[in-house]
Amino acid sequence: MHSLLVKNAYVIDPLNNIRGEIMDIAIKDGKIVESVKDSAEVIDAKGQLTLPGGVDSHSHICGTKVNFGRYMSPEDMRAGRGRAQPYMYPVSGYSVPTVYANTYRYSKMGYTTVLEGAMAPLEARHTHEEFSYNTLQDTLANTLFDGNWSVMEAVAEGDLKKVAAIVGWTLAAVKGFGVKITNPGGTEMWGWGKDIGCIHKKVDYFGVTPAEILDYLIRANEMLNLPHSAHLHTNNLGKPGNYKCTLETMQRAPDLNDKRQTLYMTHVQFHSYGGSKWADFCSKADDVSWMLNRKPNIAIDMGQVMFGKTTTMTADGPMEFNLYRLHHNKWSNHDVELETASGIIPVHYSRKNLVNSIMWAIGLELALMTKNPWQCMLATDNPNGAPFVKYPEVIALLMSQKYREEQLKTVNPDTEKRVFLPSLDRELDINEIAIMTRAAQAKALGIVDIGKGHLGVGADADVAVYPIKMDDIDPSKDYQKIIDGFSQTDYTIKRGRAVSKKGDCLVLGDNATIWVKPKISEKNDISKDPEFMKKFERYYTVSLDNYPVQEEYLHRNICIETETGI
Amino acid sequence: MKKTNVICPFCGCLCDDLTVNIEDNKITGVDNGCALASSKFLNTERLEKPLIKRGGKLVETSYDEAIESSVEILSNAKRPLLFGWSGTQGEAQCKGVHICELLGGVIDNTSSVCHGPSILAIQEVGHPGCTLGQVKNRADLIIYWGCNPVDAHPRHMSRYTTYADGFFLDNAFRERKMIVVDVRKTESANVADEFVRIKPGGDYAVISALRAMIRGKSKSIPDSVAGVSKSQLERVVKMCKEAKFGAIFFGLGMTMSPNKYKNVRNAIELVDEMSRHTKFTITPMRGHWNVYGSNEVFTWMTGYPYGIDFSRGIAFYNPGETTAVDMLSRKECDALLVVASDPGAHFPKKCLEHMADIPVIQIDPHLNCTSHFADIQIPVAITGVETDGTAYRMDGIPLRTKKVIETERPTDTEVLEKMYKKILEAKGKCTHCW
Ligand code: SF4
Ligand SMILES: [Zn+2]
Repeated sequence: MHSLLVKNAYVIDPLNNIRGEIMDIAIKDGKIVESVKDSAEVIDAKGQLTLPGGVDSHSHICGTKVNFGRYMSPEDMRAGRGRAQPYMYPVSGYSVPTVYANTYRYSKMGYTTVLEGAMAPLEARHTHEEFSYNTLQDTLANTLFDGNWSVMEAVAEGDLKKVAAIVGWTLAAVKGFGVKITNPGGTEMWGWGKDIGCIHKKVDYFGVTPAEILDYLIRANEMLNLPHSAHLHTNNLGKPGNYKCTLETMQRAPDLNDKRQTLYMTHVQFHSYGGSKWADFCSKADDVSWMLNRKPNIAIDMGQVMFGKTTTMTADGPMEFNLYRLHHNKWSNHDVELETASGIIPVHYSRKNLVNSIMWAIGLELALMTKNPWQCMLATDNPNGAPFVKYPEVIALLMSQKYREEQLKTVNPDTEKRVFLPSLDRELDINEIAIMTRAAQAKALGIVDIGKGHLGVGADADVAVYPIKMDDIDPSKDYQKIIDGFSQTDYTIKRGRAVSKKGDCLVLGDNATIWVKPKISEKNDISKDPEFMKKFERYYTVSLDNYPVQEEYLHRNICIETETGI
Repeated sequence: MKKTNVICPFCGCLCDDLTVNIEDNKITGVDNGCALASSKFLNTERLEKPLIKRGGKLVETSYDEAIESSVEILSNAKRPLLFGWSGTQGEAQCKGVHICELLGGVIDNTSSVCHGPSILAIQEVGHPGCTLGQVKNRADLIIYWGCNPVDAHPRHMSRYTTYADGFFLDNAFRERKMIVVDVRKTESANVADEFVRIKPGGDYAVISALRAMIRGKSKSIPDSVAGVSKSQLERVVKMCKEAKFGAIFFGLGMTMSPNKYKNVRNAIELVDEMSRHTKFTITPMRGHWNVYGSNEVFTWMTGYPYGIDFSRGIAFYNPGETTAVDMLSRKECDALLVVASDPGAHFPKKCLEHMADIPVIQIDPHLNCTSHFADIQIPVAITGVETDGTAYRMDGIPLRTKKVIETERPTDTEVLEKMYKKILEAKGKCTHCW
């Protein structure tokens, strides 16, 4: 049995209230334990910053959309090439890198758990295939329900139990983790080349509104006792003036769970826009964070935009087409029958561009104006706002006003009039950063109980040791040291093994996929419902029998079974 | 015994509703499938034992020896080419990529001789597509351009388009319009509402004319474009604009005719143009059942869908240089591994001449034209019949093909896995860090 002792670690572990204590972390058989024998392997952290492994609660790393992003972008591949070395296969790509590149780079930054933000159930097998090569992080897949015909029909019937039965069966069938709702109703409308707008318009034919779809899915989510809450990409993404829709959506979110939020809103930066058109575009991060500060039942991630080239990809098909009409570079789209839509376009966020500069500021404002860091996760909606390799810079921007001021000087000069950023003097501390990059994410995902996001006894031994001596630096001045330190761990430890050392992998990796299986009674098993079966066989192009993801696609896996009472 | 909902491993339609009758581990019949499907399931032309060339003659050998000798050839080659992959499972394709990285070789799949140009076009302008069920449930206009589903994808029309029940179409067959564009009148053209006959090589001009008309520039169009009358083009534009959901499918008639990838690019931009008026999508008709899967797997592993050269230690991609036909016709490669495809039947003469000169290793369940070139033949289980494995339908839907009968033959994946381990040893690399 393998045991390991990480000695002299400067530990920040928000879930266990540890703030910068020098301590030893004992590890046995992949778990944190009280102590280990003298024979254990030792890693001397030398007083350096040591955190639980990073958790990314919203990223796009594997699946049909991501792979199509690669497929259409040979130019992106040339931007991040690396040769093979022991334990590392050759890699390519920058904003949509190859699977191995993703997993190596995340590991280098100390990340040990990553959630894929959007998986179409019908195409789930692809996500799981790629997951098996994403060897250094445990993976989870949010599953799309925004335009699900059966869900919309059950909503129209007012049958909450049926919505839950459909969601529960689907999650288990496709080995999904959470309920993702992207532009509810809008993705179905995109089937006809239209969009839906804000939350009270009716979806053609189905006669339900985004608000209703959302209400039912939130409640079904709780009925199924899912670890994570409903995970929403609000309607009207990227449109000037969309903050009103965001506020109205937030306003509706009920408070149904005392362990975690009831609604997780993703990449809120893209949803906090004022103005009525691009010409009067401005930040409304103040209104959105004001609402968030009054709604402890909501958690968000920033969706931070960073300058440079990237690739946008989302299930929000109509939004991507609009974006394409703006940029006119290239456009891919892939609607998925009976379920959802999607789009991909490359973008270049430029410092010279006023809109892009405002977007950059809004993400930071959201994080700085949200009082409780447990409610705001640090993420770029990789690769939509920026590739995840930009996280260290985002951390530095949040920790240093000086760095922000310097950066503000490099962006479009009109930005200052349209944003709040110059007036914000808050500087987040390392504890808050640890919350926003691991503890809060694990809590929001509901995976603290299975040992993620903390270093308490019994937790998974996922640990990141960064070459940063917190006592020797002042992050508000030494922001470059923060950037460098967070860019590459000295050690990333995954399930008790050092998997990466100063950026080099030490093992091939052996990840786990975390998925959810709600226990549903025989009589509520929707896959045995004659009406459902008939519709399925008639309108899907894949039979009910061939739809579920086979066990073969799961290697090591953690199945969370939930009691549902239905 | 009957096995139901079996997935057909023949063409890119990957129909998943076949019933296979089995007696004593032999397939006695196939229901629901087209003639192509039956031929695949009932085919008995099998290679029995591994063969190896000795003194100019093929003699039987063991799997171990066949693999051992293959490894020797491949690991001593300066510029090995690993070609094919469209007829095997995704799991084997992954192994192929790892072998290629290790060898510093070139890996290519059959799309370089079919839809390679489509991919080049997509890399320039993107791809507004959808799953086949979107078409089936919504499309009231289907356009088949440069393809002939009746012969090449026999159930495409009944499962996904013309004759398929659609959720939003009460009477799909009557409500749907169908246009066929081709240089000759095919079986598919016979059932179309509108057959647009183009002079060979005229695709680009016709697409451009349609685009101009959609943009309201009808006046600039002459009376006839590449043999198509202006009035017919006007009719087509009207049909497109009146459609609620139009779906274009295109085949090698577009990708391999003059202007190649520029045709496809133009067609994609036509869809982009139409999307400003109504809903439109475009989908390549992929031929082999898992050719799209080979593009997918290569892409997530290497970043590129085909024609990948690892000789520099990193993935390098330059179709026209790093693609199989080009490598062979330039006599550049000095060993060829062919997996689940038949370049012997499809490649130009110049390529075949070189194939005759270099060692060729074939991994395939069947005898085919390539077998005549092979110095080593390794018979394997048929994916989707004798072993399960992942495949991607032409619209990107991943499915798990099924095993319906037992075989003693190893799978492609098993053979390649063994090769991989042995190549590691041959190259003196540690076997647990790769
Ligand atoms: S159409 Fe293609 S996939 Fe379907 S049965 Fe025929 S050969 Fe098989
Ligand atoms: Zn996202």
